[in-house]
Amino acid sequence: MTDLTAEAPVLTTRDGKPLKASLARALRREKLRSLMLIAPLLVFIVVTFLAPIADMLFRSIDNRIVAETLPKTVVALAQWDETSGNLPDETVFQALHDDLLIAVEEKTHTRLGSRLNYEASGMSSLFRTTGRRVKRMEDGSYAEQFINADKDWGDVKTWQILKRFSPPYTAGYFLNAVDAQVTPDGIEMKPENQRLYLLLFARTMMLSLIITFSCLLFGYPIAYLLATLPLRYSNLLMILVLLPFWTSLLVRTSAWKVLLQQQGVINDALVWAGLVSNTDRLVLINNQTGTIIAMTHILMPFMILPLYSVMKTISPSYVRAAKSLGATDWTAFWRVYFPQTVPGIGAGAILVFILSIGYYITPELVGGTEGIFISNRIAYHISSSLNWGLAAALGVILLAMVLLLFYVYDRIVGIDNVKLG
Amino acid sequence: MDDQDSIVSFREVQKSYDGVSLVVKNLNLDIKRGEFLTMLGPSGSGKTTCLMMLAGFEAATHGEIFLNGKPINNVPPHKRGIGMVFQNYALFPHMTVAENLAFPLQVRKIGRAEQEAKVKRALEMVELAGFGARRPAQLSGGQQQRVAVARALVFEPDLVLMDEPLGALDKQLREQMQYEIKHIHESLGVSVVYVTHDQSEALTMSDRIAVFNDGVIQQLSGPDDLYENPQNSFVAQFIGENNKLTGTVKELNGATCQVALADGTELRAEKVNVDGVGKGTTLSLRPERVELEPNGGMDNKVTGRIEELIYLGDHIRIRMSVAGNNDFIVKVRNRGERRRLAEGQDIEIGWAAADCKALDLVQ
Repeated sequence: MTDLTAEAPVLTTRDGKPLKASLARALRREKLRSLMLIAPLLVFIVVTFLAPIADMLFRSIDNRIVAETLPKTVVALAQWDETSGNLPDETVFQALHDDLLIAVEEKTHTRLGSRLNYEASGMSSLFRTTGRRVKRMEDGSYAEQFINADKDWGDVKTWQILKRFSPPYTAGYFLNAVDAQVTPDGIEMKPENQRLYLLLFARTMMLSLIITFSCLLFGYPIAYLLATLPLRYSNLLMILVLLPFWTSLLVRTSAWKVLLQQQGVINDALVWAGLVSNTDRLVLINNQTGTIIAMTHILMPFMILPLYSVMKTISPSYVRAAKSLGATDWTAFWRVYFPQTVPGIGAGAILVFILSIGYYITPELVGGTEGIFISNRIAYHISSSLNWGLAAALGVILLAMVLLLFYVYDRIVGIDNVKLG
Repeated sequence: MDDQDSIVSFREVQKSYDGVSLVVKNLNLDIKRGEFLTMLGPSGSGKTTCLMMLAGFEAATHGEIFLNGKPINNVPPHKRGIGMVFQNYALFPHMTVAENLAFPLQVRKIGRAEQEAKVKRALEMVELAGFGARRPAQLSGGQQQRVAVARALVFEPDLVLMDEPLGALDKQLREQMQYEIKHIHESLGVSVVYVTHDQSEALTMSDRIAVFNDGVIQQLSGPDDLYENPQNSFVAQFIGENNKLTGTVKELNGATCQVALADGTELRAEKVNVDGVGKGTTLSLRPERVELEPNGGMDNKVTGRIEELIYLGDHIRIRMSVAGNNDFIVKVRNRGERRRLAEGQDIEIGWAAADCKALDLVQ
């Protein structure tokens, strides 16, 4: 009985239930209800967006196809010493024969061939020709029969590749994505003339930075006008800013093709004005210039709108105060107005940069070979070469890069400092 | 401009924003060196426009403005060397208090050591020593106000403009700041042009008050004169409390005139702003100048009915019906003698002719 007096009394509701439990239940109902409201969207996003992305990302390391198509061979190869320089022994060839018989039956050997072809060319045809012969092979001396079918089976390198890519998970796609490869001596860079992706990543970053910067350069004065003009004019200007937003991206990009090409409107005008000679027309499209011009135009609203919403909140009395205190127009702008727009610049810059780093359609249409981005290469591997593993690896790297940049940005600018309105 | 005493002169200044109507109509005004001049008026009366023209943020449509005898119409704001306190202080939010104060010194390329000394002195002047490292957002409204005043004074201008600087403060703080600004003005000897729509603020602080209405200065005089001797009905109405009686001038005798009200009552009033016999006039009478049950010879005696009694502690407000005006206010000091006043009672009231001003007619 004495214990009871020592303990703090538990507050209860009038029906005797503990107050905390009742409160939690009351709140839980509210939470559940709000969850129900977003549930359709949540389910939709998980099913159509997050799950496919996770699946795609997983493909960047997925290599189960080898072990699934050639299960016995993979087990037999484990005994083989790939550094010895000798071909595997007869048991491996026999396992390969058994596996291939089933694979041909199920027509999976060509898929394995194309998978391994990413690592070394010739693998695809090797599996296709062998697949045609494997049914006619007789028992015994499989090694000889395989080498007869295709002399590549007599090459140690073929077996080395097969062994290297027999584990269910591989770093091969990622190495490929950074222009590296695995050799018996370990990981090394590909030969100079076969490197592509590092260059593309660097170019994507570089062009995105240039595009962000030029959006800022051209967008800042427009945002300023929007924020300071009388309502009548600023509304009109706002419509002009938003108008391209309401037009199809494809139309806008195609319009740039018309404008920028060598026989296009801009070149014609320059030639007509005598600024450029007819034989010497500017190359404004199908290179990096084209990408920068078109992307700057297309992403401009994403810079202007956050800038505008921040500038709108800056009272004109700050600049007046600065001037009354003796600052010239420039000092008043640079020391008083500009620092207050930094949150808008931050928001606009990160929006434009992240959008442009993953941009695809515009570089594809106006970039030529010089001005394409990494995303164009990803699209190529998704839809043309069908090397989804590599596309996934490139995508993972791009995603990681953006997240890393976002982190660095947070440390330097501070996400709290970013204002969208 | 000829006058060596005046720091600012407006000469025939007009301002129009739209080319259709004038916001400031023919302004002529001399502001004396070391003076605290208040521009007082309702919103839209043109007082802030005048201030902005003086600061250089608005261009005069016509006329000249002189500062220290030199025309400044084409001088940009930053070269005028006028300190300004803004309505919402306009302290730079991304700078600390000390940086805000140092800003006018930096743009004047004053040495760092001197900058620090001046900032320190300015902060001490407004009793904010030790607040230099804070951001404006970390200060209370009153503190921000002081920083704004200090910033406008730190570069030692001879003229400071203040655009309703106390508008955002609560009543008590506002009264306290009124005295502080007044004291700073007295100790520094700087000229101040102060814009406000609050008449008690203007009366408290100013050496002279320019009452603006409709783009015109209605009256320019000291606070007491403005209250005691309004020159027209607008000023009488705008400054302090005022009873209005409308009538017709019957006859003029020297400094006074005889006015007949609509109900036939005849009153004697001081002739200030009347057009002549037979013309309409508005009589202005301060509520505290009315006596109840006057004994002896009063210039004016009428009988009114008490409509409402309002007890206000130090005085009692009586709303009466007098000569057809049932909004006639009388203020009686509360002397504890407990008069037997009751609503609905008829009572005789009276006032001196000198306290009743015959002004221009308003409807």
